[in-house]
Amino acid sequence: MTAIAPEKRRGLFRRKLVDRTVGLLSILALSIAVAGMVWILWVVLARGASVISLSFFTEPSKPYGAPDGGIANALLGTIEITVGAILIGVPPALLGGIYLAEFGKGTKLGNAIRFSANVMMGMPSVVVGLFIYAILVIPMHGPSGFAGSAALAVLMFPVVLRTTEDMLLMVPDALRESALALGCSRARTAVRIICRSARSGLVTGIMLAIARVAGETAPLLFTAMWSDAWPKHYFSEPTANLPVLVTEYATNSPFEEQHAAGWGAALVVTLLVLLLNISTRIIFKERHNGR
Amino acid sequence: MDVEEKIKISVRNLDFFYAGGHQALFGNCLEIPANRITAVIGPSGCGKSTHLRVYNRIFELYRGQSATGEVRIDGENILAPEVDVLELRRKVGMIFQKPTPFPMSVFDNVAYPMRLHFKLSKSEIADRVENALRGASLWEEVKDKLKKSGLALSGGQQQRLCIARAIAAEPEILLMDEPTSAVDPVATLKIEDLVLQLRERFTVVIVTHNMQQASRISDYTAFFYKGEIIEFDKTEKIFTNPSCKKTEEYITGRFG
Amino acid sequence: MREQLEKEISRLKRMVSSLAAAVETAVRQAVAAAAEPNSEMAAAVIARDDAIDRTEITIEEECLKILALHQPVAGDLRYIITILKVNNELERIGDLAVNIARHTLDSAEHTRREPAEVIDFSEQMQLVRQMLKRALDALVSRNCLDANEVMRMDAEVDAINKQVIERAMALIAKHPEDVAYYVDAMFISRHLERIGDCTTNICEDVIYLELGRIVRHSRLDAGTDLELSDSAGE
Repeated sequence: MTAIAPEKRRGLFRRKLVDRTVGLLSILALSIAVAGMVWILWVVLARGASVISLSFFTEPSKPYGAPDGGIANALLGTIEITVGAILIGVPPALLGGIYLAEFGKGTKLGNAIRFSANVMMGMPSVVVGLFIYAILVIPMHGPSGFAGSAALAVLMFPVVLRTTEDMLLMVPDALRESALALGCSRARTAVRIICRSARSGLVTGIMLAIARVAGETAPLLFTAMWSDAWPKHYFSEPTANLPVLVTEYATNSPFEEQHAAGWGAALVVTLLVLLLNISTRIIFKERHNGR
Repeated sequence: MDVEEKIKISVRNLDFFYAGGHQALFGNCLEIPANRITAVIGPSGCGKSTHLRVYNRIFELYRGQSATGEVRIDGENILAPEVDVLELRRKVGMIFQKPTPFPMSVFDNVAYPMRLHFKLSKSEIADRVENALRGASLWEEVKDKLKKSGLALSGGQQQRLCIARAIAAEPEILLMDEPTSAVDPVATLKIEDLVLQLRERFTVVIVTHNMQQASRISDYTAFFYKGEIIEFDKTEKIFTNPSCKKTEEYITGRFG
Repeated sequence: MREQLEKEISRLKRMVSSLAAAVETAVRQAVAAAAEPNSEMAAAVIARDDAIDRTEITIEEECLKILALHQPVAGDLRYIITILKVNNELERIGDLAVNIARHTLDSAEHTRREPAEVIDFSEQMQLVRQMLKRALDALVSRNCLDANEVMRMDAEVDAINKQVIERAMALIAKHPEDVAYYVDAMFISRHLERIGDCTTNICEDVIYLELGRIVRHSRLDAGTDLELSDSAGE
């Protein structure tokens, strides 16, 4: 073959131009997205920062109009409800994910479960709230923190199920075979070896699911509802929580103080979720690289 | 084969099917001698790994794969349904192409099969871990790093760790599926030396696509082609004067 | 990798062919020079032996190179080993031809007269030349049956050699003035017999190449299966 003639070569200038243009467009798109996020944070910060003080975090909320209200009870309530949701939703999701990845590959049952989980992920959170209202709140004759946890658990369940399955499937088959070849049973291999190997991925999935549901408002509206009291009776009384507080104060209340308090609460929730997300990614990124 | 050789694994009419009915092994008959190294060679896709994986029934992990025929280890047919598969897999250890240390410390890796199958005291386990690591020519290199993660070792060390782990279960047979193809040449030679030592205590069956490796370390060689065993004989005979034309063509590089 | 090896083996084959041709010529001319006798022809044989020696060294180096670089196995390995050994034998045959030529020259120097009774080498020479030719053909064609035949012919050559020596010794007693001639004749006969032995060695090497069996110091029995089987026999 003869060498290719110089006039047939594509020009360097044109190639560089295309390269630079595409690069610029991507940076532009990224900037728009980041700008949006920064704007939201800025607005929340600006409106809510004025309220932040120690008493904000230690005083419980006061009924309409009373001065010096804080969000202590709502903060505590959110923590209770979230922990409850984790306890209810995560173990079945983990076990389900293990089943799908280790035992249910290609089975009809496995495919059905996976399909259902996908559908569940698309369900609007308000529908989930109503569902829990129907099956828990009404029979229990009243709202409760427990019902709130249940609603959040239903939201968390399909997410954790799918991420668990995905993380476990990423573990190479060779590891499974190694463990089996030593005389390990399927179940033991799945739990002791495969989960351990995918540990950081599994935990990341759980924490991201938590971060997702921690700020959900709609389900809590029908289940945990709202209260100004300390969250003492988890199973029988409505439980104060941050998302609903934001709703009540920022939009439903005619009082200026409560508006500001609402923004403050919004700031707290935003920061909490942000913190959870960022720390999860930092901790588990390091773990991955440093092993 | 010499008449005096004791037979460890006796295969008769072994057929193997993948999911969907595709047949991969056709009427394999083979006799693996005890305490010898038997190499299995053949072009890609000829069924040598498939055949090896019947010996510890590891193919049962995958739905739809099945084996018919007889595979007798010490006289007992291990394909029979009443066989205790977990005990079989303790007796028949396997080393894979890619090193697969567990996500735990070096010590725990080697101790894992011991804790799984035996009831031993802490000191017994520590002793046996040291023995296994010495047996795998790895003790000197890791004795100060026993608490470090198994994944922190180099490729060749990881593979020797897997060998130490396999022999910690006190098997009788070691199956090796291309154990050095993912490892650098210097480590390869170390592992080959190790395999030669292991021959004293175990029966070794090693699948390799590297014919020089087969000729270097094995006592017997089996040549597979398209799911059938074409020739099985002493390694020196296969490599100086094979009986079958196909064998000659393969080992002189005319195909495959 | 295979192609490269095939190329080098082809080169080797060509070199061996030219060596074999040169050695055959040397034997033919040495024998003819001894029969006439022809001193010029004998001198030429001696002069051309240098080239034969050099070729032998080149072939040996080529074989070593192929062994080191390609690590051949099975048939290829046996082929290289066979070439190494045949190479050696051919060079030895060349030397024996030179020896015959030397005796021819010596004989021409010492004897000024026709001997009373001449010893006839023609049968021996004919046999030996035939043996050499057939052995070299068998090497090329890898024909074990032919190789076996040649090994059988060696017995005849040995027998004739014995006869010649006995006859020469008898003639020395009868015509002591011709002793130099008869002694040279015995040497020439002995050299011819040794050429026969070398040729036999070449045939043994051909059988090793084909069958992978070392048959030194013996012959293949009739009825041995010489074909390679196509399926495993266990």
